[in-house]
Amino acid sequence: MDERSRIAIETVDLTKKYGELTAVNKLNLRISEGEIFGLLGPNGAGKTTTILMLLGLTEPTSGKARVFGHDSTREPLAVKRIVGYLPDNVGFYEDLTARENLLYTADLNGIPKNVALPRIDELLLRVGLLDVADKEVGKFSRGMRQRLGIADVLVKQPRVVILDEPTLGIDPDGVKQMLDLIVQMSKQDRITVLLSSHLLHQVQQICNRVGIFVKGRMVAEGTIEMLGLQIMGGEPMVVEVETSPVTDELVADLQKLPGVSSVERVNGTLLLHCFKDVRGDIARTVVGSGSSLTQLRLRGHVLEEIYLRYFRES
Amino acid sequence: MPGLLAVFRKEMADNFASRRFLIMFALIMLAGLSATYTAAQSIRSSVSESDPWGFVFLRLFTVSSGTLPSFVAFVGFLGPLVGLAMGFDAINGEYARGTLSRVLSNPIYRDSVINGKFLAGVATITTMLVAIALVLAGLGLRMIGIPPTPDEIYRLVFFLFIAVIYVAFWMSLAILFSILFRQSATSALAGIAFWIFFTFFISMIAATLAQALFPVNQQDPQTLVDNTNFAMAVARISPMTLYQETATTILDPSTRAFGLVKLTELIGMVASPLPLGQSLLVVWPQLVALVSETLICFGISYARFMRQEIRA
Repeated sequence: MDERSRIAIETVDLTKKYGELTAVNKLNLRISEGEIFGLLGPNGAGKTTTILMLLGLTEPTSGKARVFGHDSTREPLAVKRIVGYLPDNVGFYEDLTARENLLYTADLNGIPKNVALPRIDELLLRVGLLDVADKEVGKFSRGMRQRLGIADVLVKQPRVVILDEPTLGIDPDGVKQMLDLIVQMSKQDRITVLLSSHLLHQVQQICNRVGIFVKGRMVAEGTIEMLGLQIMGGEPMVVEVETSPVTDELVADLQKLPGVSSVERVNGTLLLHCFKDVRGDIARTVVGSGSSLTQLRLRGHVLEEIYLRYFRES
Repeated sequence: MPGLLAVFRKEMADNFASRRFLIMFALIMLAGLSATYTAAQSIRSSVSESDPWGFVFLRLFTVSSGTLPSFVAFVGFLGPLVGLAMGFDAINGEYARGTLSRVLSNPIYRDSVINGKFLAGVATITTMLVAIALVLAGLGLRMIGIPPTPDEIYRLVFFLFIAVIYVAFWMSLAILFSILFRQSATSALAGIAFWIFFTFFISMIAATLAQALFPVNQQDPQTLVDNTNFAMAVARISPMTLYQETATTILDPSTRAFGLVKLTELIGMVASPLPLGQSLLVVWPQLVALVSETLICFGISYARFMRQEIRA
């Protein structure tokens, strides 16, 4: 087994047509082991369809979907053994308790009860539901259900976890908990995470790479920085700097920095137009001049702007 | 088969814990108790009058005393409701609760879900009917004091087998509807519509069709025979007819034939009750028809379910 990351999820020209409508159009995706990959796109872009094809729950019209080498259509059981899926609007059996629901999942995975019970306790503790383990799920709030969903997904100790809109409809506190759990999955359990969402701020916080989906095609893919550079390509980056005091000397010094094309003063904020990422140099210059640096922000790389632009362009 | 036992276990547990099951059980139990109680009371009078062959034990289940139908009739009438109640939200309920994608994302075959539910349903029905029959047999025996002969016991066992298949048919019909329709209310109503049609209307339709195709001509007795045979054949599409014919033949050994019996057939007939094997031969076609109707429903359900796209 070599030390380099293996390909966890791979699709080759994956296509799904419903009659005339092409839901997924020749998708080529490669996710390495251990990554947190974000599938971004509006509703109806084809994200859920792609996920269903990866899991073997839907048959592709053409192309291939593979998880750790196993073909999703040919070896669905092998795929399902190593992939955990948390659908949006996840449902549980309302009359059963949290523990009983998880026990059912363990039973479906062929995990014997004596192994399942301690594992379930540990997972419930991890997601913060141990105290309500014997309460009926019918009484749970939405946030609690989502957390139970995470526990459910981890019962089989998967290598890949696919989350469809995991933070939808959850209060900000709950969102933070969910995102922490997802990051913990990735770092602690070394699980590859595929996350599908249209809530960009959250995706931005935890994803290593993202893929932007529009109308069945992936129009852009890469790390957030790379995407930013792609979209900006040609256009200068804008760095917002707030310092005090703003002296003309400082402005001149900043102007002289290699990578900075111009400096603009807008209402006490300096806008530096750069064609390279020289934030480090900017910070050093400001601090070196004796002024205090209160804000340094790279504008125009926020995922939302990238997303909206792609949307407009396509 | 991966997952089958897990689904089976869970569905069984759900069935026995559900209020639905309790209500059905109580209903059949009460019906059975009242039917058997009154049958036991009137059994002394009925035995001495009609045929002297005995089979007293079985009469507990087949005798109807005036106002109250017999246990067999009750099962024929209420059994479909039990079957429908067990199956009508089998699959569309899973969609409604959002559990199907989650369950199917585990390493089980999709077959396991539908097979597990069906098998659990059959097992539940069997448990229920056997339990009730045993209680009723005990009550009846206590009241009449005459123990059953081995033949009667075998016949009772066979009757239970037929009753289970009968209820299982309705359950598989309900499961089929739960796959065809997204809303459980729709599948429940479709099941009830079928039940009403096959219970109340089929005999009317059979008679009308027979009258239309084989009108009875007073001069020619053959037309009467054709008419009756056709009407009976149409009526046999209904599982209720199949159940009734099969149940009465099995539980009443003196039953030999249905419909018109020619005088020539009666000459030379040995007037005795049929042994079990012969009784079975009489109703073999009905039994096969009942089993095949159930399997057809299940087969269509299976085919449809396997091809559905599961979207939460």
